[in-house]
Amino acid sequence: MKEIVVLSGKGGTGKTCIAASFAVLAKNKVMADCDVDAANLNLLLAHEILEEHEFQSGQVARINEASCLSCRLCEQYCRFDAIDNCQVVETRCEGCGLCLLVCPFEAVSMHPNIAGKWFVSNTRYGKFVHARLGIAQGSSGKLVAMVRQKAKDIAGTNSAEYIITDGPPGTGCPAISSLSDADLALLVTEPTLTAHHDLERVAGLCRHFGVSQAVCINKCDLNESNSRSIEKYCEKLNIPVVGRIPVDDSFTRAVEQGIPVVEFTCNSPVKEIEKMWAFLDSRI
Amino acid sequence: MLISIASGKGGTGKTLVATSLACAIKDTYSVELIDCDVEEPNAHIFINPEFTVSEVVETPVPKIDESKCNHCAKCSKACVFNAIAILNESVLTFPDLCHGCGVCAFVCERKAITEVPYRTGLIEKGYAPGIKFKQGKLDIGRAMATPVIKKLKEDAGKEQDVTFIDSPPGTSCSMVEAVDASDLCLLVTESTPFGLNDLELALQTINQLGVPGAVIINRARPEDRRVEQYCQQNQVPILMQIPLDYSIARLYSKGITLALGSPQWRENFRHLFEKTKELVR
Repeated sequence: MKEIVVLSGKGGTGKTCIAASFAVLAKNKVMADCDVDAANLNLLLAHEILEEHEFQSGQVARINEASCLSCRLCEQYCRFDAIDNCQVVETRCEGCGLCLLVCPFEAVSMHPNIAGKWFVSNTRYGKFVHARLGIAQGSSGKLVAMVRQKAKDIAGTNSAEYIITDGPPGTGCPAISSLSDADLALLVTEPTLTAHHDLERVAGLCRHFGVSQAVCINKCDLNESNSRSIEKYCEKLNIPVVGRIPVDDSFTRAVEQGIPVVEFTCNSPVKEIEKMWAFLDSRI
Repeated sequence: MLISIASGKGGTGKTLVATSLACAIKDTYSVELIDCDVEEPNAHIFINPEFTVSEVVETPVPKIDESKCNHCAKCSKACVFNAIAILNESVLTFPDLCHGCGVCAFVCERKAITEVPYRTGLIEKGYAPGIKFKQGKLDIGRAMATPVIKKLKEDAGKEQDVTFIDSPPGTSCSMVEAVDASDLCLLVTESTPFGLNDLELALQTINQLGVPGAVIINRARPEDRRVEQYCQQNQVPILMQIPLDYSIARLYSKGITLALGSPQWRENFRHLFEKTKELVR
């Protein structure tokens, strides 16, 4: 079983459209959406939810007003400014429990924190694991790890050949959690100075964690000279450029229809995705 | 006045809006721009600031004095982040899992734990003509962005008339840290089902923080009006629409922000700021 995670550094470069297309093209696979704070793959893969689970992560403090004598010791100790006027600001509380330890009046208690939900769905392409982080929750990395673990379990049971993972933008906690131990990171970029800058950071992240990488330049004709600099950068670092997709409005129109772009049309930009998949499939 | 620019979905144009706003009004107001997207900071590409100061961001992590430690394991039991483990009479610490809460040092009866700084990122400060600029960079391989963002925002909005905050995408802790306490949050979205879905999540997040919001639709396409309809139904003001236009995209690709690439858009962004100001009042 091989796991391919689609990342980009910069958001909005086309990760989800490409992951959804791979979901169509790959045989015998499980899909996972690891962009848990703004999940979109579910909008392209028609699905029926089979399982829905609450995701409990850590804890959150509560102060019992009746026992609290407003000494504010907890407020002085809390490193996260999560106690204001003897009340817990839940969006800031990290659940460390220091307030409980310092309170002389036993006014603080800790409660399980429901950080989101995760789902296992059926699609006509195979099983699909996805999640929804609770509003203003902080445990996205842990929820990502949960989604990936579940996808691995299902892939193991079904003897799936691939796990196709749609990753989050950035290089922090959720990106690291999506990336570690994956077999290949496909880095989707575009020929803008910002996307190139972000590509270099996310490529650095892949190196840091020893994950092999390949690059796809989306909207490659938007700025030919920037595309060439990206190619040069990749050549220097020995990262194969496996896809070059020209600007094409079928991507947006497919999103509007809620289907993977490879099912929307088979024009030449879309054929590039098929070629890219055929290449990855043969090499990985 | 503290104005944050955020989005649920990535790549909708936060940085374009933040840098264009700053550039459009810098002759009229004193302006500060803080790039809080510390995982992928990009605003500097459009602003070309000269950095004069850089500061390392560190978080406190435990250091064990083995000569005092009796391996009672109180620290590892108390640590909810699993950042300390006791194995065969030795103590292992995992600084990348540590949130710096201080519980371990507090529970240690033998005072065997001191907290030492652990580098997570870098803050750079400088100036571009008419703009005070700051950005944070999370070190590659480090997971926790919030301490860097928190440090970046320490004295935000103190000196200048207007401080713009370019937020990271998403709706989780780093976006919350960036947007929290702003007077208004401009949510940049695009007219696609992805844009709409993530806008709804971002609006719920800022509601929870008690930060008022307004919407900017980028890559607006008249054939998909779902974002507009959603905003009307939920009484969220739409302050600007930027059409899907490849000449704008090409400017952006070269690192030229819209307000500097087009006099008309400079005027539009000035107008956007006046509308934003009215909403803050």
